[in-house]
Amino acid sequence: MQAEISSAKNVLELTGINKSFGSVVANKDVNLAVKAGSIHGIVGENGAGKSTLMSILYGFYQADTGAIRVDGREVGIPDSRAAIAHGIGMVHQHFKLVENFTVLENIILGAEEGAFLPSSRRKARLELQRLAKEYELQVDLEAITENLPVGVQQRVEILKALYRQARILILDEPTGVLTPSEADHLFRILRRLRDEGKSVILITHKLREIMDATDTVSVMRRGELIATAPTSSMTKESLAELMVGRRVLLRVDKSPSKPGEVVFDIRGLNVRDQRGVRMVKDVSFSVRAGEIVGIAGVAGNGQTELLEALAGNCVPESGTVLLNDAEIAADPFKRREAGVAHVPEDRHAIGLILSFPLRENASLGYHRRPEFGTSPMLKRSKLQQYAQAYISDYDIRPPNADLRTSLFSGGNQQKIVLAREIEHDPAVLLVGQPTRGVDIGAIEFIHRRLIELRDQNKAILLVSVELDEIRALSDRILVMFDGAIVGEASPDASERELGLLMAGIAEQDQGRG
Amino acid sequence: MASFLNIRRIVDFAVLPLMNVAVALLISGLVVLFVGQNPLEAVGYLISGSLGSGEGIGFTLYFATSFLFTGLAVAVASHAGLFTIGAEGQAYLGGLGIALVCLSLDRFVPWYVTLVPAAAAGMLFGAAWAFIPAYLQAKRGSHLVITTIMFNFIASSIMIYVLVNLIKEPGSMAPQTRLFDKGGLVPKLGEILPVNIGTAPLNVSLFLAIAAAVFVWVLIWKTKLGFEIRSTGANPAAARNAGISYVKITIVCMLISGALAGLAGVNILMGDLGKLQLDFPAGIGLVGVAVALMGRGHPVGIAIASVLFGVLYQGGAEISFWMPNITRELIMLIQGLVILFAGALSLMFRKSVYSLVDLFRVSKPEV
Repeated sequence: MQAEISSAKNVLELTGINKSFGSVVANKDVNLAVKAGSIHGIVGENGAGKSTLMSILYGFYQADTGAIRVDGREVGIPDSRAAIAHGIGMVHQHFKLVENFTVLENIILGAEEGAFLPSSRRKARLELQRLAKEYELQVDLEAITENLPVGVQQRVEILKALYRQARILILDEPTGVLTPSEADHLFRILRRLRDEGKSVILITHKLREIMDATDTVSVMRRGELIATAPTSSMTKESLAELMVGRRVLLRVDKSPSKPGEVVFDIRGLNVRDQRGVRMVKDVSFSVRAGEIVGIAGVAGNGQTELLEALAGNCVPESGTVLLNDAEIAADPFKRREAGVAHVPEDRHAIGLILSFPLRENASLGYHRRPEFGTSPMLKRSKLQQYAQAYISDYDIRPPNADLRTSLFSGGNQQKIVLAREIEHDPAVLLVGQPTRGVDIGAIEFIHRRLIELRDQNKAILLVSVELDEIRALSDRILVMFDGAIVGEASPDASERELGLLMAGIAEQDQGRG
Repeated sequence: MASFLNIRRIVDFAVLPLMNVAVALLISGLVVLFVGQNPLEAVGYLISGSLGSGEGIGFTLYFATSFLFTGLAVAVASHAGLFTIGAEGQAYLGGLGIALVCLSLDRFVPWYVTLVPAAAAGMLFGAAWAFIPAYLQAKRGSHLVITTIMFNFIASSIMIYVLVNLIKEPGSMAPQTRLFDKGGLVPKLGEILPVNIGTAPLNVSLFLAIAAAVFVWVLIWKTKLGFEIRSTGANPAAARNAGISYVKITIVCMLISGALAGLAGVNILMGDLGKLQLDFPAGIGLVGVAVALMGRGHPVGIAIASVLFGVLYQGGAEISFWMPNITRELIMLIQGLVILFAGALSLMFRKSVYSLVDLFRVSKPEV
């Protein structure tokens, strides 16, 4: 098997791909070869650079340096049209389908021939019937897309790529929205495609899928492609270790925590996202005064939805949230008034209003409190005073409360949010990705401030995809996988142990007895 | 950096509006040429008719008063990210409230006693008419643009019914109420101030409109509610996270908007017509949209834009009077062009003017 694979020729070669966004290096000297008639898995944590690499391949981004060869010939891929012309097809994580079109219309969209549809339709129908038979991709061509289950919609995406004569098919986290049986069907289709000589690139963070479905696997970490090997030579454990890597532990000076009473108690929380997919599954845990509980996990395993539900930004399907044994309603205003402060994961989208001056953002959400005026008027002098205090206490630069918030750097914007949420004396602080996109100096400051807050006997819930951060700050670590809390670990747990939990391995092994 | 932003502000608030009006007038000039008339002559009548005499100015400011009410109404909603087209219908229904109060009180009390309940009734009726689209937008996600347009038509039908069947003057064939008595008429400015505005209907409603502009300025920039309105308009998700209710802001904002539009009837009914008649708003709600866009949502800008449209209305009437070949329809075309360029296409030149300004700045030596 292995010999057979290595003898096949490379249908796709990437050499020396580099890509930076500003000062952030997303891909660093990446070399990748994909063989004809194989399923090639790419694994890595969130932010490892998988998606960037695939976006370069599909023409969404241009590499800063490096070459792409298809069938040994160097090609330029300035846009997705060029990618399609070279036989590269992509199935996105979020489908790109027109929901109220029929399946057939979606498939021929952009690939119609001539100005009139009937002839393209006729031709497409014949071709699609052939493809469906060949690859077990049965779909009702006349069905309205939005009425189909997600698994079938995904098949439409695959058909779309095949109809455009894709020979290299990229699937980005294809099983995220699928039920287990739908996922099994998908993998049957992928194997069939491979057997017909197509090449499949499967991007995932689920190690089970890599082990079950791929012939070759590449591991990415921090923008680099650090290993490529036949899947048969790897184990889930060795992959998890490669994925997480051995990293220098962030050093945060902290004394042992002295946890007090349970302050924040979550019982049986279930949350569905807007698509109706259950993202948080029966989550129960509690946070005590004077401790930091960290939620670790690969991004997309329900942490975002958990945090949003706890902050009151979405109404959970079921479950209760108790603060000092009293239930608090799922409303951001009531939560904040009760003493639950929230530093959101995405400060640009929901933490700040970027077009407003710092002065106004520094008190957004607290502006109704009497210190800003007991009449309907909002005291500008008070806004200014609070903003100035934050500027000096948190060393926000430039120290100008009148400046538009969009003109501050990421680290300084984050300090504005932190100052606002911390300085109103909350009982519980929910913090999501506190140092995402934040420079090193600010990271250290933010970490120190969170530890100080803990030592003031506050309860802190920290959600971060940065394992280093979780380990450096937390007194207890809960690991989320697929919407559920799959285990608890101490911050001294090994990378390996945490990595396995994060990859959902422990749970599955138990399940298999 | 600061001076850089200021230049862009100047572009936004002064250069662009002037450019837009200039382009609209330029194209209007071509149209006038096309019908074989002299555009310069037309411009002459436009200016002299609207600003050349006390009476002309009186008419101009009378129109501007109505536009100020509806412009403020549209602007308040726009600060919450709501685009309302409903000021027309709200002003129309507001007029019903005003007329009902006037018809009940005008024979018994002086105008300044009638004014307060009449204005309150106008605001109440206007707000009530805005409430339904507001509720539908806030709770059901029905698009406000569509519902407010539909509500303009419904308002129009209701008013036909009310005027023809319920409050028509007995014995009259015209769909209108009886004339208000003295107690239902507010004084013209010429009657109480030493100004000569001839027969122009400019009246004390002007001060009411100015007060409304000050109110809107205070509301939007000085109050907690205004902060929440601006937050919702600028970033609804962040506002929600800050505990600001989208439903509450949408409904409150539209109630204020409807109330402001409802006040326009004070100017038209109590200040000029002295009765409620069919289709009295005559497009002021739609001009309000253009005025609010051109004034960039700021009361001072809206006031200036209102006067500009007052000039167009009054000056336009003069043109068609003195140049019969330029028909009323042509005047409407010119007004439409100004609405098109100053309202709908108001940011068309923004990018090019910005880059022109940047070019100018780059070519300057660094200070």
